[in-house]
Formats: sequence, C-alpha cells, structure tokens
Amino acid sequence: MAATQSFNRQPMEASVVRGRLRLAGLLALVLSALLLSRLYVLQVAEYSRYQTLSLENHIRLQALPPVRGLILDRNGIVLARNTAVYTLQVIPEKVGDMDLLLHEVGKLVDLEEDDIAVFKKNLRRRPRFEKHLLKSKLDDVEAARFAVNEYRFSGVTLEAMLHRDYPLADLTGHVLGYVGRISEQDEARLDSAAYQGVSHTGKLGIESYYESLLLGRSGFEQVEIDAHGRTLRTINRESAIPGQNLYLSLDVGLQRIAREALGNRRGAVVAMDPGSGEILAMVSAPAYDPNLFVDGISRETYQALIQLADKPLLNRALYGRYSPGSTIKPIMALATMDAGVSPQERVFCPGWFMLPDSTRKYRCWKRTGHGSVNLHDAIEQSCDTYFYQAGARLGIDKMAPFLFSFGFGKQSGVDLPSEPSGLVPTSEWKQATHLEPWYPGEDVITAIGQGFLLTTPLQLARASAMLASRGRLVKPTLLRRQENPLTGEAQETRVDALSEAPALAIDQRDIEWVIRSMTAVMHGRRGTARASGRRSAYRMAGKTGTAQVVSIAQDGEYDAKSLRETLRDHALFIAFAPVDHPKIAIAVVVENGGSGAAVAAPIARKVMDYFFLKRLRRAASTGASGVFG
Amino acid sequence: MFSGRRLHLDGPLLIGLLVLSALGLVVIFSASGENWSVMARQGLRLGISLAVMVAVAQVSPENLRRFSPHLFTVSVILLVAVLVVGAAGKGAQRWLDLGLVRFQPSELMKLGVPMAVAWLLTRGRLPPRFSVLLSALALTLIPAGLVVVQPDLGTAIMLVVSGLFVLFLAGIRWQHVLMMLAAVAAVTPYLWFRLQEYQRQRILTLFDPWADPMGSGYQAIQAQIAIGSAGISGKGWLAGSQSHLEFIPERSTDFIFAVFAEEFGFIGVLMLLVLYLFVAGRCLVMAYHTRETFSRLLIGSLALTFFFYVFVNLGMVSGILPIVGVPLPLISYGGTSMLTLMAAFGIIMGLHARRRLMA
Repeated sequence: MAATQSFNRQPMEASVVRGRLRLAGLLALVLSALLLSRLYVLQVAEYSRYQTLSLENHIRLQALPPVRGLILDRNGIVLARNTAVYTLQVIPEKVGDMDLLLHEVGKLVDLEEDDIAVFKKNLRRRPRFEKHLLKSKLDDVEAARFAVNEYRFSGVTLEAMLHRDYPLADLTGHVLGYVGRISEQDEARLDSAAYQGVSHTGKLGIESYYESLLLGRSGFEQVEIDAHGRTLRTINRESAIPGQNLYLSLDVGLQRIAREALGNRRGAVVAMDPGSGEILAMVSAPAYDPNLFVDGISRETYQALIQLADKPLLNRALYGRYSPGSTIKPIMALATMDAGVSPQERVFCPGWFMLPDSTRKYRCWKRTGHGSVNLHDAIEQSCDTYFYQAGARLGIDKMAPFLFSFGFGKQSGVDLPSEPSGLVPTSEWKQATHLEPWYPGEDVITAIGQGFLLTTPLQLARASAMLASRGRLVKPTLLRRQENPLTGEAQETRVDALSEAPALAIDQRDIEWVIRSMTAVMHGRRGTARASGRRSAYRMAGKTGTAQVVSIAQDGEYDAKSLRETLRDHALFIAFAPVDHPKIAIAVVVENGGSGAAVAAPIARKVMDYFFLKRLRRAASTGASGVFG
Repeated sequence: MFSGRRLHLDGPLLIGLLVLSALGLVVIFSASGENWSVMARQGLRLGISLAVMVAVAQVSPENLRRFSPHLFTVSVILLVAVLVVGAAGKGAQRWLDLGLVRFQPSELMKLGVPMAVAWLLTRGRLPPRFSVLLSALALTLIPAGLVVVQPDLGTAIMLVVSGLFVLFLAGIRWQHVLMMLAAVAAVTPYLWFRLQEYQRQRILTLFDPWADPMGSGYQAIQAQIAIGSAGISGKGWLAGSQSHLEFIPERSTDFIFAVFAEEFGFIGVLMLLVLYLFVAGRCLVMAYHTRETFSRLLIGSLALTFFFYVFVNLGMVSGILPIVGVPLPLISYGGTSMLTLMAAFGIIMGLHARRRLMA
C-alpha cells in the first residue's frame, strides 16, 4: 500500500480526476438524452409522417454515368475515345465457391492470368457487396456464349459499358496519360456525388489535368420498384451531361515523325508554336501503351514496366531533367552582352581555359583550339573556351537572372500535372543546400550548361521559342479548344492572356546578334549543325549541345566506344524556323546519344521538314502564298 | 468472476461487450440480406478481436505506461511512412501493405494518442501547467494532422477528441478550455474554406436535407425514413422494408443503425443506448476505482472516446450531425476498428484488474 501512495503523490489529484469523471458521466447522459429525444421525434412523434413516406418510397434513384469527353488533336484526329464493350461483373457476396466459379467461367470466356490477378487483388480491397470487374472487352462470341449460360452463375453479370480507348496507344500515351479505376485514395479526394455511377477517373497527363472538363455530369433515373426491388417503370429521367471534347494543339502527323526520328533511342522531342506557346509535338521515347492501365494493370506487368532500365513510363519531355550543355550558350551570350562585353571582342582559344591562380584546365571540345574567336564564332562553332571565360567574368549571380527569365528553374505552367521546375543554381542556393560557398570553377562550367543547372526538354523548347519570338516568354499549352458535344458550342483557349512579360528587358540588337549566330550554326561555313541545315527550303537557327554524364579525369580522354552506353554524353539540340518569322521552335534530347550535332540536330530537321512541307502543300491547295513569311 | 480475475478481465464489462457484439451479428445478418458468409467473417473478426483483448489485458500497468511514448513514436513513424510510400506509389495512403495483411497505422494511433497524453500529463502534477498543456496539444494535433492529409477527416477528429478527453479528465482549468474554444472559433472559417466542396455540401445538407433530396440529402433522408417508419415497436427482425429494398447506402457499415432502428423500433433503440451507456458507464466506474492517475486518465479517455463514437454515428444517421463516415462501434461490419476497440477494452480491463498491485 505504501507503494501505491508513492504513485499517488497528491491526494488532491485523485479528487480532481474523480470530479471530472463524474462530469464526463453526466455529459454522456446529456448526449444520450439528446439522441433519444431526436429518435423520439422520428419514431414516435412523427411516426405517421415517416410511415407514409416509407409506403410511398417505391422510388429508387439510379445514377446514369456521363460519357467522358473525347480528346482529339488539332486536326480532329481522335486520340482518346469511348468504345462499347461487354464486361463480366461479379458480386463476390453472391458467389459461393469463387475458385470453382472462375474455373467454370474460364471454360466459356478466355480469362488471362492477369485478369484473375487484378480481380483477386480488388477482391481484397473493395467491399464484397459491390460489383467487381472480372473481364472487360469480351468479344462477340464470348459474350454470346456467356449470355446463354448466364443463368448458371449467380452473382455474375454480363454488362455492356463504355470503355476508354486510346487508338494511337504509345504515340500519345505520355501526353494523354490514362484513366484508371477509382481507387480508395481517389475516393477520398473526389466528390462522390459528382462520380455517381462513374468507375474511372483520370490518373495522369491530360486525362488527369482536365478531369473536371472531361468528366461531365451524372444523370439520374427515378424508377419505381416492387417489394422485391425489381424495376417496374421509369418515372423520371434526368440525362447525364457528357464531358467536353478537348482539341489539343498536338499535330499527330508531326508527333509521329518525331517519334520515328527518335527511333529506338531514349529521349524527347518538344515542338511548339513560338507565337502562341501551343505544343505541336511532345514525344518521349521509349513509350508505353496507356490502354494497359485502363482496367487495372497486374502487379507483374507493372513491375516489369517500372523495372525496365529504359523507364518507358517516364515522360521525359516533361519530367526528364538534363544538363542543357551548349544549348545554353545563346542565353549566356545575351548575359555577356548585357554585362557590357562587345560581341566583337576576341578571345584566344588554345583548346583549354584556366582560371587565374589555378592549374586546373577546362577543356574546349576541340582539343586543338578554335584560335581567335568573337561571340559570333563562339556560338557558330560552340567554342567552350570563350564561354568559360565569359562565365568566369559574369559569375553565377549575373547568369542566373537570364536563365530564370528564359523560363529555367521554374514551372512553365503547362497544362499537365506535377510539372518539375528544373534547377537554376545561385550562390545562396548552393550555400543553403550544400553548405558550401559557390566556387569560381562552377561559374566556368555553368556557362557551358554543365554543373548544377538542370532543364527539362519542355523548358528548352520554351527557351528556344523565346529566342524565336525575340524575347517574349510564352506559356506552353496543350488544350486548344473545348467543345460541348451536345450544343457544339466551342471555347478557344485564350493565347494572348498567357504570355508573360519578360522579367528582364532584353536588348533587341543583342538578340538579333545571337539569332544571326544561331543561323550560322545551321547554315554557316563552320556551323556545328551545318549538315542538318544543308539544302533546307527555309532558314533555321539552332544550337547544338552535348552534355556530359560522367566527368572525365583532368587529363583523361573521352572515348565513347570504351564507355558503357549509359555513361555516354547526352545529345541536345534547340532550333526554330523560319529565322525571320518563326513558326516552330523545337528542342531535342537524346539520352546517351553522343554528339548533339550528329544525333539530335537531324531529328529536329526531319520534324521541321515535315512541318513546312505540310504547310507548303496546304498553301498550294488553298492557293495561298507566303508560307515562310 | 471465477477465472476472470486471474485473466485480469472484468465480468460486467465483458458481458456488456459480448451482448453488443452478438447484437451486431444479428443486425449484420439482416443488413447483408441474410448472408451467412458475411456473418461468419464478422464472427471470425470478433473472435480474433476478443483474443487480442484478453492478450492486451495481461500487460502490466507499469509496462503499459513505460510503453506509451514508444507506441506513440512508432505510430508517428508509420503514419509518415504511409504518406511517403503512398505518395511514391499509387496506392491508397492509409494502408501499409505488409503482404498478407494490410495495416492502418491511424488505428494504432487511436491508442497511441490517449496513452501518450496520459503518460505526459502524469509525469508532473495535475492539473497540468500551461506549457505541459501545449505539449499535450502537440501530441494530439501532430498525428491528427498526419491523418487529415491522408485524407481521413473522421479519424483525425476522433484522435483530437481522445487527446482532449485526457486533458479534460486531468482537470485542465476552465480558462484554458475557453482559450481552446476561442482558438477553434478563430480557425473555423479557414478550415471551412479548406474543406472539399462535397464536405461543405454535407455540412450544409445537415441543416436541410430536403433541399436536395435526390442529391447530397439522399442518404440522410432515406435513413430518417427508415428510422421514422419503424414506430415504437419496429417492423421486426429481417422485415425492414426500407433497408431491404436497398434504399439505404452503406447499410452494413456506417448506416447500420438505420437498419437496426427500422427493425427494432424505439424500444430497440432505447435498449441499444442503455447497453452503450452501460459499457461506457462501467468503464468510467472502473476509472473511478483505480488507484493511480495514469490508469484513471487512460481508462476515462478510452471510455469517453468510445461513447463519443456512438454519439457521432447515431447523430449522423438520425440527422443531427453531418455525415462524417464513422462506424457504429461493435455493430458495424468491418474489422479494422473492431480490433482497435477490443484492444482498448483490453487495456481498460488490465489496468483496472491490477489496480491493487500497482508498485
């Protein structure tokens, strides 16, 4: 007992708690009285009213799910549609022996292992009194065979429903994303009232970003039922309102050309209209077929997809983050001129650059050196030494504002979910995240697009568009027009409201200077991408880039053949055309592709040729002229 | 009780729990459309839960108290893990998938919060000083915040309530209570605008379900029709027409009370409420009779939280509270909360049974 006393140091404490316990008991009684009075009102006082209501209550409400909006390209080619399919639905509660059932159904209908695996997974996760999808897309023969035998299977029904379908499969998979079954997590997030009778919701890409436009509104049907719950007649019906049809700015033809030009390499191509920011093509390779995800993907297939070293599920155009390499040089050139350096000033390139008080050599890609170069030569021939020196002179705090104003290091605002912002380093950022000061050597390599700087292909295309439009930063957009399928009423995406005023005033003469140099890259005698500019029917401006994946030892030699493929350089390229009145701006990234000039630039040329050839043909057929303005 | 004492159980409480659970099985049988396999599954869950209760009751009060902060810490880590894993994969964010079983850390937290707060408060004198009060609030609000973002508003509210009950029992000063109420009043407008549109709709519908009888008021109205049409004596077991014609959504889970009330009438409702009051009241009496403060606070808080669950569920089904998605303890179909609940009663019994043996 003495021990108990030591626990109860204060006898007062006990009385306080006991007092509160009494109070709590009282509170419980009060709450019970409240409940009882409510139930008294319902069950005793207003009994007759509710009894009448219940007798009249033969009317049941059934949800009519809306038809999801279509997704089309700019020319009206269907990218996502709804097709009628037969499905087998199972209510597990009404099934006796599930394994026997699956075995028997399997004799009539082709059940894949995947179907069964997904079904069994859902069986554990969702209530047994709900309908579970066993198999979708039965063919006509299977549907007929099952319909004849349906009476044998209690709890299994054959239902016709609309099924989301992506006819172009992997060609537009990354952009469109896909719809999938509403998961527990979705349920918590979504308004259950808006999803009455709806089984799928957008999970990624356009399908997710424009979910609210695509969804439409559920309708209701009031039906009279008998005492057994069977439907007698329809009393009232409020039709569902289909979702909006979305016309994207994508041009499927261009998308296909870009996809084919990438071939079996890993990489991304983004093409946009520099005037409006409309994205004309957005390709990431390798790609996946979004149709796999619509009815749930089995764990095995999914695991297989995510474990592939090529990461086909990753939309590199939007989520891939790469060092821009030399494609950043036009912007660095603007920063250099802005700092007061004359573009005529010459720098001698012996093949390397060295900071004062340091013995470290920063090598130019051309080991024998470019000799004496001015800014124009340095862009045309992509001389690293010139920009090493520029970087050392400018310092990161003069370079970073230019990078930010070209849209790097922040989200572009494109209409796709969870866009990354990339990274523009600053000295404060370095101190905060690495707990180290910014070193002069980092100025040097940042100026040629190496080091911490990280950009996405979409950001590169946008920067290219900004150069093309002489300094106007546009917001990239995919949605061009939405159309009400019932009334045909259309709403255009307002482009003019989307462009941003430049954060920095960029001198028009400087930018023309840079564009002349970028034109020389394509058409100059020493241009790094002259092979890709040769004999084009239009004039292009471009810049090649080659981004290191591994750092080479001080005196080491980069030998592509001896390196493993995944350690080889990334090839990059940005371009726009025609130079004077640009209609298309493009960025190409080829992972481990090696040289930007040899690998990335020809891809851009193919895309542009298609783009202009098509315009030319259209112009010829309509009799218009002045395509290249 | 004969062997009950040796097993550290409490006879009256055990009887109350068994009667309620048995009643639950009876109602589920009706609500599920007389489905034996549903009832068998629920029976199995009940059996497992009772075994857990007996096991938990064997933990000595000292160990339980020592164990409290650790349980809390582990639960917080698991909650964070669920968020991280959930965010990385595409899975639901409430569950940790351990292969065979899926485990919901917020359930563990339902025990973790009151245990940790009781542990904290009993380290010093009572009533708690203001600084201790603030720490206790942190112990309550941090896990609740982690649960809210899952998002699971119902459970988060119950976590907050369980922590506040401990504080209340610990005798916090009324001016502190007033301060907290003032703080709540201050953040309410902010929270209102943070709610999802459908959640706001639910709250608004509470005041007038008939304003939107075919939309968000549907569930509330159908439940009230079922309850009201039962009258004093009810329509009889398995004869609830409204329930069986499937007018009531979620009739085996959150809205099972509508089925019960329709079939057993006002008399049944009165008896059910008496049973719940008996269980909660017995626990409060047990809290009253224990000898040391930790046990008293913990038992009291668990009992009050239990009763609060009942109140919220009955309130929402009968239309005086918004529909927040809280099951009816011991009656609703579903195993996750049953296990936690029985573990809580195990704690209560264990603490009470060894009240004299405290060292």
